[in-house]
Amino acid sequence: MSTQRKAVALISGGLDSMLAAKTVMEQGIHVEGINFFTGFCVEGHTHAIRERDKTKLKRNNSLWVAEQLGIKLHIVDVIEEYKNVLINPKHGYGAHMNPCLDCKIFMVKKAKQWIAENGFDFIITGEVIGQRPMSQRKATMPIVAKESGADDLLLRPLCARNLRATLPEREGWVDREKLHDITGRSRKPQMAMAGQFGFNDYAQPAGGCCFLTDASYSSKLVDLWKARDDNKDYDLDDVMLLKVGRHIRPQQNFKLIVAREEGEGRFLQGYKKDFISMNSISHSGPLVLVDGSPSAEDLYLAASITARYGQGRDAGQVDISIMSKDGSERTIQVKPLLAEDMPQAWFI
Amino acid sequence: MNREILNARRLLCPLPVIRTQDKVKQLQAGDQLEVICTDPGVMQDIPAWCRINGHKVLETISEDNEYIIILEVGEG
Repeated sequence: MSTQRKAVALISGGLDSMLAAKTVMEQGIHVEGINFFTGFCVEGHTHAIRERDKTKLKRNNSLWVAEQLGIKLHIVDVIEEYKNVLINPKHGYGAHMNPCLDCKIFMVKKAKQWIAENGFDFIITGEVIGQRPMSQRKATMPIVAKESGADDLLLRPLCARNLRATLPEREGWVDREKLHDITGRSRKPQMAMAGQFGFNDYAQPAGGCCFLTDASYSSKLVDLWKARDDNKDYDLDDVMLLKVGRHIRPQQNFKLIVAREEGEGRFLQGYKKDFISMNSISHSGPLVLVDGSPSAEDLYLAASITARYGQGRDAGQVDISIMSKDGSERTIQVKPLLAEDMPQAWFI
Repeated sequence: MNREILNARRLLCPLPVIRTQDKVKQLQAGDQLEVICTDPGVMQDIPAWCRINGHKVLETISEDNEYIIILEVGEG
């Protein structure tokens, strides 16, 4: 009796990993999914926060893909370990703060550990040669396999026939001829394959599934590090807060996070014990968190900016409540800052 | 049958799912877990996670900006 071979598939929630897993499942391999949560994953977060996204379906695409495939999904929290990948990427960053190649190596390495601990035989990814400019090139495929330690236990079913045969192919666990030879950025072969498998609904995230590929998010992250004298350590709350609100830094020692709508205001409420917070009490206006070490004079400036983002922006005077981290509260009167007095450089 | 409560307030998905997954690993089949969350996304994600991993959602409650899911641990 032949041994039932088992593979773990890296499931991002996108189409390619879904097709890669399905291709191998079709060959009788037992497949389970694994998804790594770095803290920078786009999935869900901002949808959960922002009021305007309330009408959108709040599904987690990796869970949804696993359900469509009928496989188990293991979601692994790698927030702490991922810091070193982001802060010290051996292969550098992409267009923004995205360390895509190091990230892929890290995830495959984690998957390699997982298969060793769970008695699985090999790893599947949805990589396609030429699909992504940094991490999915012909030259980087062997780097990922080698530096992750997965070597020939790493099977890329969508482009396997363009690569050297891996152990699962050589051993006959999977039939190489039934794997694929997709290359390039065109999505047509994947869409055709999705049609053949009967997948009519799938996520097509623009710019990938990671906030680090986003220019605005990356700017806020770099700003955070600079403000901390290049100390690049961070925690999950730092990462989350960069996804929320309008970030304004009038000076190196403090910045404001201004809620843009009700949902963000509710989310920021949860941080009032960790930051100085302010809001207008004479007029309606947003909740504002003040991050850093502002002086009394800085707080006055912050209050004028807070007034600018409320309904009292044209009033001669606005009452702003300032709440300390310990919950003590005081009110000051300020004149709202004019738009022309806010240099563009303040907006991160 | 054991029943436990998991406080996943303030966490955004997928963290409530991850915390649920980690807690369920410590429980036995037939045990119940009540997960209390503030991210509405859990109403979609935790039942999906339960379905693919063989656990049963007994009840979902939405009240006062909190979302509560009561599940029964399956055989796994």
